[in-house]
Amino acid sequence: MNSGLRERVPGMLMLVITMLFCIFPLVSMLSAALQPQGSVPSGLSWPSDPQWHNFADAWKVANITPLLVSSLILVVGVVPIVALCATMAGYALGQLKIPGGGIFFVLLLFGLTLPQEATVVPLYYQMRDYGLLNSRFGLILALAGVFMPFAVFWMRAHFLSVPKELNESSAIDGATRWQQFRYVQVPLAVPAIASMCLLLFLWTWNNFLQAIVLIDEPSHRTMAGALLNFVGQYSTDVVLLNAGSLLIMAPTIVVFLIFQRQFSKAMLAGAVKG
Amino acid sequence: MTTVDSLAEAATHPGGAKPAKGAKRSWAGWIFALPALIIYAVFVLRPTVATVQYSFYDWDGISAATPVGLDNYKRVLTDPELVSSIWHAFFLIIFFTIIPVFGGLLIATLLQEIKQKGIVTAARTALFLPQIIPGAAAAIAWVWLLSINGAVNQLLEAIGLGSITRAWLGDFTWALPSVGMIGTWLGLGFCTILLVAGIGKIDGSIYEAARLDGAGFFARFRSVTLPGLRSELGVCVTVTVIAALASFDIVLMSTQGGPGGATMVPGVLVYHLGFTESRLGLASALGVLLTILILVVILPLQRFFQED
Repeated sequence: MNSGLRERVPGMLMLVITMLFCIFPLVSMLSAALQPQGSVPSGLSWPSDPQWHNFADAWKVANITPLLVSSLILVVGVVPIVALCATMAGYALGQLKIPGGGIFFVLLLFGLTLPQEATVVPLYYQMRDYGLLNSRFGLILALAGVFMPFAVFWMRAHFLSVPKELNESSAIDGATRWQQFRYVQVPLAVPAIASMCLLLFLWTWNNFLQAIVLIDEPSHRTMAGALLNFVGQYSTDVVLLNAGSLLIMAPTIVVFLIFQRQFSKAMLAGAVKG
Repeated sequence: MTTVDSLAEAATHPGGAKPAKGAKRSWAGWIFALPALIIYAVFVLRPTVATVQYSFYDWDGISAATPVGLDNYKRVLTDPELVSSIWHAFFLIIFFTIIPVFGGLLIATLLQEIKQKGIVTAARTALFLPQIIPGAAAAIAWVWLLSINGAVNQLLEAIGLGSITRAWLGDFTWALPSVGMIGTWLGLGFCTILLVAGIGKIDGSIYEAARLDGAGFFARFRSVTLPGLRSELGVCVTVTVIAALASFDIVLMSTQGGPGGATMVPGVLVYHLGFTESRLGLASALGVLLTILILVVILPLQRFFQED
């Protein structure tokens, strides 16, 4: 482990190249977004006179305000539903060890590898029968279903690590099962629930497939789902297209930069648990 | 596992009314699991069962469905357009999985561990960005990068390769590898972070001992690094292989499967067949086959990377 600085140089160099590769598309987008409107930008070049007002124009053209509201509504619907249901189910599987829980577990395992495209066609007709097409409520339920396997896994892993004695001692104190859950287990699970909510926020906000299938009106979709129509309308206007796309990406990037440490931790742990 | 645990629990509370009460109580625990199970069953399991059901019918979503037995499956396995979409998905594994995993492994091995906090934060921010951005938006960024006036061609010209510049996503031969590049971009940062974090957890004294035993760089890599990174490698491979086989948003947003089906993948084809062409039976058969393919590929990989 005492490898000297010189030994590290090739690794550092490769790391820096990889980092540049990761941010390269965003830099290229920014350089195109700042060119004069109507011009045909070429490659990566910093404009002599950066047109920052392009972002203000793209904000209107890409309907950013209603999209922000729409995505927020979806997040506010999906995240609490999944967090509550998954915490309870994780508790049932990890702590209460409910009979038949093994079967439930295998069903969830299947859900983790199931490609979402495979079920989206019948889902559309099912939602039509329920009268939930073109409704955000329908999309919220569909997304809650899709995220549920991972979320229950996540919470089960947490509750497996909680010592059993905790429940036993509170049971002696006369607490009911619900009281044990609400006042003993949930407060201890807050860090696990919080990082799960960060991931759920990200996945809801970035959801594409279900949003474009279940909701026709682009401004009622997620930010990502609205991109499909935006591209259809502005595919030839490279400047506005890039400015609008950057605006659509901006909220998750800002949230990521603020919660960077928590996000990274959650995503690494999430990958390992999933 | 669950049964074994509850048996052990029953064994530790022998005699009297207690076990009976315990058994009753644990069934009551299902109340906690029920809301999650219901949502999952209605919005994921039910459509899954329906997909299998649809796949045995010929249905356009409006008129009556006619049962056709295994015809849809025969078609998926013989129609050149459908078969080639499956091959494309497997071809993408080279770019989504193999390049990112080897790249990440190389960086992790060369770095061993990073101690400087500033570099860790900067690297983590940059390398995670592709995971934060929606795939649809990433596709737009890459369409611009790979276009005739894009930065990729500009870069190639700058290093004297001006003769090979082209509209990458519109080229029959190069469109699929170009879509693959987007996958490499998606996976490389993720694999690098995971593997660098993993190699940092390997006990340094093991490397020291191997060195004292006279093990060279490659011997240490083979007998210390690779086994030490087993579970991290498993995660990288599993996540990226699923991303390759089930790719959808980046393909739909960058090429829509074109030119001439050169980049068509099963995910996009299911969407086209289901919602544009209204051939629900065929779309469902392809969906079922895609699910089976993913399971057939992932389950052995999981077993292989499992730590004993």
